[in-house]
Amino acid sequence: MSEFEQLYREVILDHYKAPRNHGLLDPSDAVAEGQNPLCGDEVTVSVRFGQGDVIEAVGFEGRGCAISQAATSMLTDLVKGRTAQDVAVMRKEELLDEIGIPLTPVRLKCALLGLGVLKVALHRAKGTPLPEEWGASSNEINLA
Amino acid sequence: MPVGTAPALDAQRLRADFAVFEELLDGKPIAYLDSASSTQKPRQVLDRMRQFYEHEYANVHRGVYRLAERATEGYEGARRTVAAFLHAPSEREVIFTRSATEAINLVAYSWGLDNLGPGDVVVVTELEHHANFVPWQYIASRTGASFRHIPIDDHGELQLDALAGLAAEGSVKVVATGLVSNTLGTVNPVEQLAAWAHEQGAIMVVDAAQAAPHRAVDVQALGCDFLAFSSHKVCGPTGIGALWGRRELLEAMPPFNLGGEMIRSVSLERTTFNELPFKFEAGTPAIAEAVGFGAAIDYVQAVGLEAIEQHEHALTVYAMDRLAELPWVRVFGPPADRRTGIVSFDVEGVHPHDVAQVLDWHGVAVRAGHHCTQPLMNRLGVVATTRASFYLYSLEEEVDRLLDGLHEVKRRLG
Repeated sequence: MSEFEQLYREVILDHYKAPRNHGLLDPSDAVAEGQNPLCGDEVTVSVRFGQGDVIEAVGFEGRGCAISQAATSMLTDLVKGRTAQDVAVMRKEELLDEIGIPLTPVRLKCALLGLGVLKVALHRAKGTPLPEEWGASSNEINLA
Repeated sequence: MPVGTAPALDAQRLRADFAVFEELLDGKPIAYLDSASSTQKPRQVLDRMRQFYEHEYANVHRGVYRLAERATEGYEGARRTVAAFLHAPSEREVIFTRSATEAINLVAYSWGLDNLGPGDVVVVTELEHHANFVPWQYIASRTGASFRHIPIDDHGELQLDALAGLAAEGSVKVVATGLVSNTLGTVNPVEQLAAWAHEQGAIMVVDAAQAAPHRAVDVQALGCDFLAFSSHKVCGPTGIGALWGRRELLEAMPPFNLGGEMIRSVSLERTTFNELPFKFEAGTPAIAEAVGFGAAIDYVQAVGLEAIEQHEHALTVYAMDRLAELPWVRVFGPPADRRTGIVSFDVEGVHPHDVAQVLDWHGVAVRAGHHCTQPLMNRLGVVATTRASFYLYSLEEEVDRLLDGLHEVKRRLG
């Protein structure tokens, strides 16, 4: 298998070119967006809940590399029907196993962007814990 | 603008000075097209630093012994080299910093905090690197000054007709701009902006990180008040940069860092500061790096800045012509004769990160991302671009390898 085929597996390219659950939900219960400052990937995730805290629907939009967009697409399939609490503590390995490709540290950040953003949306709607790397710093320069 | 009068440089011969090109990746030397990010280091620089550490090293400005004198001479010699390189009126106006970024922060904090307030306007550009953008945004917010920008047109060139509107917003106190855009290669009209800044009573702060390695920079001809650049983009070591500032401004400014070296006398009641440039160089500086910085400037001057500029221009024309053959590639920025050796582009339907990934498998190193210019990315309507950039060791065949790689990118991901 070439280097290309190892990273850009068929399933990755499929999710990239035909993303699942694409488009933001209307109505939705929570929305969050995030960027990967290293490469400018952007992802916005919206969620809607059914009974209790069960994720009934999830939709996303984004601009970014194949890995970030395919990983977010795969993530949306993975979390539907699960509770906010369950997904908030979902380990990144679960998603990475699903993606199933070797990732360098830089590409890892691309792959995990959608998961972080989804956890922020869940936090907003249900007060579930934020992912560690998103918690602390919200300092900003605001001239508005 | 390149005029073609200098003898052409022989990039193939110069590459022998760079060990990195002897190494083969998949049987080929790396096509290093990321010199705008950082340049490779020639043996002359590394040898000089090693010699300094082995035979001339001690702390500077303190010891009375002969070895310390040698070290001080090495360090201060580098300062003279930087001063001459920038055509500065005096070497005392050259301050060694950690980086170009730190140099700009020095001005923003030391000058800005004391001289800005409500009603004042700080002007940057829409294509500014974050290094000359965020410090000013921050100091403006700290002091209550307004923070404004000069917009660009669709070619990535500054729209100077916006200046009158900016002047009407208050008292313009700072105009901060890059001499060359790190993303588009645009050469900004700094002389004109400096004249306008001075009409407003403002200081002119120039980020020359992308200019000084590639074309002759003369602070007196530019008419600016402060100018920053870094060593690692001009074949020197990382961890050191330089700020040039007009003496009367530097003398009136408070220090930026405080501690040893920057003082004249210290008592329990008071401290008086050292003279220029030491007032701004608290602590033991990056001594060997300064020596390496000086050696790097000697190296590029021996090659010749005019020859470097012409070489990069020829490569840029070639790259832009080749890229123009590809209807699915969009090149950003001005025509080749108004830019340096930087070419940012977009491959239709493929994110730059994926472009760079596939190019890496061709042994081609390019930068993918926002290049620390997010306001510019917003203006261009993209989240990121792929950027190829050239230096004195770059070759036309590396552009060909870039093109080969792009064809695979398009075939497999586009």
